[in-house]
Amino acid sequence: MIRLESLSYRYAETPTTVLRQISLTIPKGQLVGVVGPSGAGKTTLAQVMSGFIPHVFGGEVTGAVTVAGRSVRNTPLPLLVSDIGLVSQNPFNQLSGAKFSVAEELAFGLENLGVPRGEMVSRVDETLRRLRIAHLAERSPYQLSGGQQQLVAIGSMMVMRPGVLVLDEPTSQLDPAGSGLVFDALGELRERGVTVVLIEHKLEQLAEVADRILALVDGELRMDGPPSTVLAADELADWGIGRTRFTAAAVAAATHWPCGRPLPVTLAEAAAGFAEGAP
Amino acid sequence: MSIRVEGLHFGYPDGVTALCGVDLVVESGERIAIIGENGAGKTTLVRHFNGIMKPTSGRVLVNGVDTATREVSQLAREVGYVFQNPHEQLFARTVRAEVEFGPRNLGYPAGRRRRLVDWALEATRLTAHSDAHPYELSLAERKRVAIASVLAMDTPIVVLDEPTTGQDCAGVNDVGSILAQLRDSGRTVVGVTHDMDFCAENFDRVVVMARGRIVADGPTAEIFRDDAVLAEAAVEAPSMTRLTRRLGWNRSAITVEELVSRLDHRERGPSDHPHGQ
Ligand SMILES: Nc1ncnc2c1ncn2[C@@H]1O[C@H](COP(=O)(O)OP(=O)(O)OP(=O)(O)O)[C@@H](O)[C@H]1O
Ligand SMILES: Nc1ncnc2c1ncn2[C@@H]1O[C@H](COP(=O)(O)OP(=O)(O)OP(=O)(O)O)[C@@H](O)[C@H]1O
Ligand SMILES: [Mg+2]
Ligand SMILES: [Mg+2]
Repeated sequence: MIRLESLSYRYAETPTTVLRQISLTIPKGQLVGVVGPSGAGKTTLAQVMSGFIPHVFGGEVTGAVTVAGRSVRNTPLPLLVSDIGLVSQNPFNQLSGAKFSVAEELAFGLENLGVPRGEMVSRVDETLRRLRIAHLAERSPYQLSGGQQQLVAIGSMMVMRPGVLVLDEPTSQLDPAGSGLVFDALGELRERGVTVVLIEHKLEQLAEVADRILALVDGELRMDGPPSTVLAADELADWGIGRTRFTAAAVAAATHWPCGRPLPVTLAEAAAGFAEGAP
Repeated sequence: MSIRVEGLHFGYPDGVTALCGVDLVVESGERIAIIGENGAGKTTLVRHFNGIMKPTSGRVLVNGVDTATREVSQLAREVGYVFQNPHEQLFARTVRAEVEFGPRNLGYPAGRRRRLVDWALEATRLTAHSDAHPYELSLAERKRVAIASVLAMDTPIVVLDEPTTGQDCAGVNDVGSILAQLRDSGRTVVGVTHDMDFCAENFDRVVVMARGRIVADGPTAEIFRDDAVLAEAAVEAPSMTRLTRRLGWNRSAITVEELVSRLDHRERGPSDHPHGQ
């Protein structure tokens, strides 16, 4: 569970408040999508939820952040990271710098937690298979393609099995099949009770998998609700978040969309509406 | 300005064979997208175009000249390359200095340099950030600095490796406008992308790669109708293609614009008037 109460944040030595008075509760086992234009504060929010703010980046935090029952401010970072995984926006930043193979890189966090060797090996193997990167196990994490490196970064957090997983644009360099795989894997984690916060620009996929969408604009939580409501809202386009291609199609072809029917955000909704609207 | 790739093989020093026999011709003024699975060799291939990589075997000719006989600095006049990861490309202390580096290095006179830099910053919506340090910017903004730096070099060939990565909707639209401007000014453009909708909306020809090879090459709409090729390369059809298929159209659409126009004209199958004629 994640709870923010009137959370505000300002980076050290900068005048602007980057997150403003954010209050929200994310229950255990919910998969929440976060959308917002560039510079809205999405990465900052991810760092607040995972404790990197204030433990690594200074700055001024007001309000309270509770994650997995712990006050983030009052819990040391090493204790937080055993419960909360953060997949950062740039996969390169996430590599430990200490390991020479992908398999060792995935094992790194488990070693630090003191997970027994046998379990470590089986968890690493499972993660390599789940993300279809078993063929890269013995390769250097620094000599991979961009997308391969991003999969390793995701794997290095999934392998830890944290109760809360925060992912900052984790599929930005993945091929469509790889993105699909990651979205499916996150859906499964949710079924197993993991709380997932997913920052994503891919609205079509987010609409399929998220239970709830937060729209963050200028550091404010402007909208919070189910994908069908939030992603279909007119404001999204004004805020620079855009809309799904399915929503855009129904808007652009308004005369072919059944009168009064809610705008679609998924392929299935779009197909049903256009089929009915067809003369 | 054309690019010709003949029998290109490339192996990394650690023994990974990234390209195994690539043949490709990009004619002057063409706008092509390269798509395909992670690790297919897209980045490795396009890095041969500006000579930062040289073939293990085979040849790459830029405007008829073998890149193996040219220095990267010579090719910089002809081919601009936007790196997939901006960290590998950016080094200057301010955004403006970064964008100015290329045209200064190429010896462009001050007036032309200023015009190019101003235009490149404007096109990438970075004018307000001119004095910022690139590392103070968000990742998406840094990617735009990388794009601006290449635009300012005013090269006849522009290669963009995943230009829309991390961009929000406005950023993606900006990249689309930049591609249109490049086309209108006769540039040859090669874009690598994983965004199939963006690909459908902005490119006329698509090259599909898998496992170090080109597995398909053709007009965008044809490529996106070839399920076997898409599956082999771990890509999927654009949103509108999937929608119109679900609706049972005989000939699928690839963009929202096409969908709307064909709905308006009641064109849904091969018996209709072919699109665009
Ligand atoms: N280390 C920092 N120091 C000062 N300001 C920062 C720092 N990191 C980010 N900012 C500022 O905070 C604001 C929010 O940035 P953040 O990276 O959270 O945005 P974002 O929504 O993740 O954007 P993007 O979609 O581009 O990743 C921006 O105005 C940014 O310039
Ligand atoms: N520096 C390197 N040393 C060794 N092998 C590498 C290096 N960079 C990439 N490779 C390997 O070469 C192959 C092609 O990589 P490349 O970066 O060209 O793929 P890509 O198609 O651009 O993938 P992506 O979509 O993930 O960016 C992959 O198997 C990759 O692991
Ligand atoms: Mg961010
Ligand atoms: Mg690449």
